[in-house]
Amino acid sequence: MLAAILSLTALGLTLGLGLGYTARVFAVEGNSLVSELADMMPGTNCGQCGLAGCGAAAEAVAGGTVPATVCPGGGVALAQAIAAKLGITLSLEGMEDKGPMVAEVAEDICIGCGKCMKHCATDAIVGAAKQIHGVLHEACTGCGGCMEDCPTGAIVLRPLPVTLRDWNWTKPALAA
Amino acid sequence: MGLLELLNGARWGVHPHDDHKRPAADVPLRVMPLPKRLCVPLLQHVGAPAKPCVAVGERVLRGELIARAQGNVSAPVHAPSSGIVTAIGEVTAPHPSGLPFAAITIELDGKDEGLPTAESVDPFGLEPAEVSQRIADAGIVGLGGATFPSAPKAQLGRKLAVQTLVINGGECEPYLSSDDSIMRERAGEVIDGVRILMHATGAAEALVGIEDNKPEAIVAMRKAAEPFAAIKVRPVPARYPMGSDRQLVQVLTGKEVPSGARTASIGVLVNNVSTCAAIHRAVRTGEPLYRRIVTVNGGAVAQPGNVFVPIGTLIEDLLAFVGLKETPARLVMGGPMMGAALPHAQVPTVKGCGGILALTAAEITVADPSPCIRCGSCVKACPMGLVPLEMVARIHAGDYEGADKLAIDDCLACGCCAYVCPSHIPLVQSFSHAKGEIWKRAQQKKRNEFTKGLAQARTERLEREARERAEAAAKRKAARAAQTAAATGSQETSA
Ligand code: SF4
Ligand code: SF4
Repeated sequence: MLAAILSLTALGLTLGLGLGYTARVFAVEGNSLVSELADMMPGTNCGQCGLAGCGAAAEAVAGGTVPATVCPGGGVALAQAIAAKLGITLSLEGMEDKGPMVAEVAEDICIGCGKCMKHCATDAIVGAAKQIHGVLHEACTGCGGCMEDCPTGAIVLRPLPVTLRDWNWTKPALAA
Repeated sequence: MGLLELLNGARWGVHPHDDHKRPAADVPLRVMPLPKRLCVPLLQHVGAPAKPCVAVGERVLRGELIARAQGNVSAPVHAPSSGIVTAIGEVTAPHPSGLPFAAITIELDGKDEGLPTAESVDPFGLEPAEVSQRIADAGIVGLGGATFPSAPKAQLGRKLAVQTLVINGGECEPYLSSDDSIMRERAGEVIDGVRILMHATGAAEALVGIEDNKPEAIVAMRKAAEPFAAIKVRPVPARYPMGSDRQLVQVLTGKEVPSGARTASIGVLVNNVSTCAAIHRAVRTGEPLYRRIVTVNGGAVAQPGNVFVPIGTLIEDLLAFVGLKETPARLVMGGPMMGAALPHAQVPTVKGCGGILALTAAEITVADPSPCIRCGSCVKACPMGLVPLEMVARIHAGDYEGADKLAIDDCLACGCCAYVCPSHIPLVQSFSHAKGEIWKRAQQKKRNEFTKGLAQARTERLEREARERAEAAAKRKAARAAQTAAATGSQETSA
């Protein structure tokens, strides 16, 4: 009886430890490229790319089914970062560099319906029913999803105003 | 050059053959007549901008507080002369971008009425904390150009029990001589400021480093420092960028500041000579920092020299005072190596402005860049031991991370590398761009994390709401079912 218990325990322990060890050493990572790309995305799952969220977009970019310019919210900066990561040359066709954008509500035509608020993936729009709505600059990713839902066309995307803090020199030209 | 340095063969920096300091440096100090209007900026220092405490239409007197410091690292702003506040709003910043920043505009009445003069005090009878407080109240910031508020710096020195003060009289930038001028003409004030600072920080000795191309300043400072054994005036070789904190500390004390650390971490605190003079006036007589010496120089200036200027003076007024021989091709605030090109002349002077240059086209011509010949001159010239040719290659390949790994963060933007490059490669310009880009990316990453958090919170909220709605619906349904059951039950019993 005792011998049986001991031998089974010993067997269980050895196999368990062995399994644990191999699980760690020979672990197959989830596609790390996809997760790295997903980390670079805005992560708001706004859906403006036409795919099911940032994870799906990352997968599609890694698989090469969509171009690096897929994400409107990330803009040219993200497209460049993705291209650098994938080691591909970037065609910026159909994507002008407008820099970071934010949504802005035109107060004179906002009717306070609140449709935009429901659309916003980051809760960047504030306001109450029948009141003028406003956009919090820090929270807006500039995806433009709210624009489509506004029945009066009161929402436009504007470039984020440049301040002394984030102004930067342009890259100087080298010898041709 | 020290013996050790000779043996090591270390030789950073550059030695411009003509430093353009004279004749401007030899002209006696002039005081600028009051202009009609001053625009006194709220952010003239590192840290949080000051908050206005006067209203439009109010009359202010010379030395009156017009904006309070906000937070630990900040500095108050004072009215440089008497007049009426006509606007609190945006003016063009003295910055190459031409972007606006906040300022208080004062129409001067020309009477220059001051606050009643405070009694002069003996700083050595005050507690060190009180001395720091007086420095803070006077809005003193580092006048060498770094503009870090002086009071928190002194407090840091005290906390870390710093034993050595290094007083920076390097002024290595070509064309500039405002520090030279204050040492020549007001050595007594500078030395007294040094003593006050030693008292405030508890430092045991002070080393005043002055480049050996300023013999008059060295003589004057030696004479003023004679009675004080703890203050030693040390001539240092004239070599750009000797006026950089790290380089001066290394030459004077032989200690090297580690990468990414401050000088305080090796027990040294650096202050500029003009800052010391301002500290003397602030602590002894309560005079806040509302004027400073500015070198006006450059080929386009008719009468170059050093001028005592109220802070907030528009550059156009200052240039009108010294006169122009021709239309300048470029206006620069600061020196030609590290200064900021100005968008136009309607920008105000600030506390950190030690020089205004009006340069002619001949003075600013740069040849077109040609490819790198890998001569290594830039590596030899870099005072921070960086590898400019590698960094620039990475940056232009779009590999900012690679540049970051090469410690681009340590780059002082001194411009030595670009100065010596025989191929005229815009090295320092590329580094400034890359530093901005790296900062922007870090900022974007933070923003992404923030918005990701917001999106997650929203998803959770929507799920919770859906769940609650489902539960409420289920409850209602159950209640309705119970009601119907009860109704049928009673029907059955009544039947
Ligand atoms: S000094 Fe100019 S040419 Fe020489 S190695 Fe450096 S970047 Fe290249
Ligand atoms: S790399 Fe930076 S610190 Fe080095 S010489 Fe060039 S500008 Fe100066």
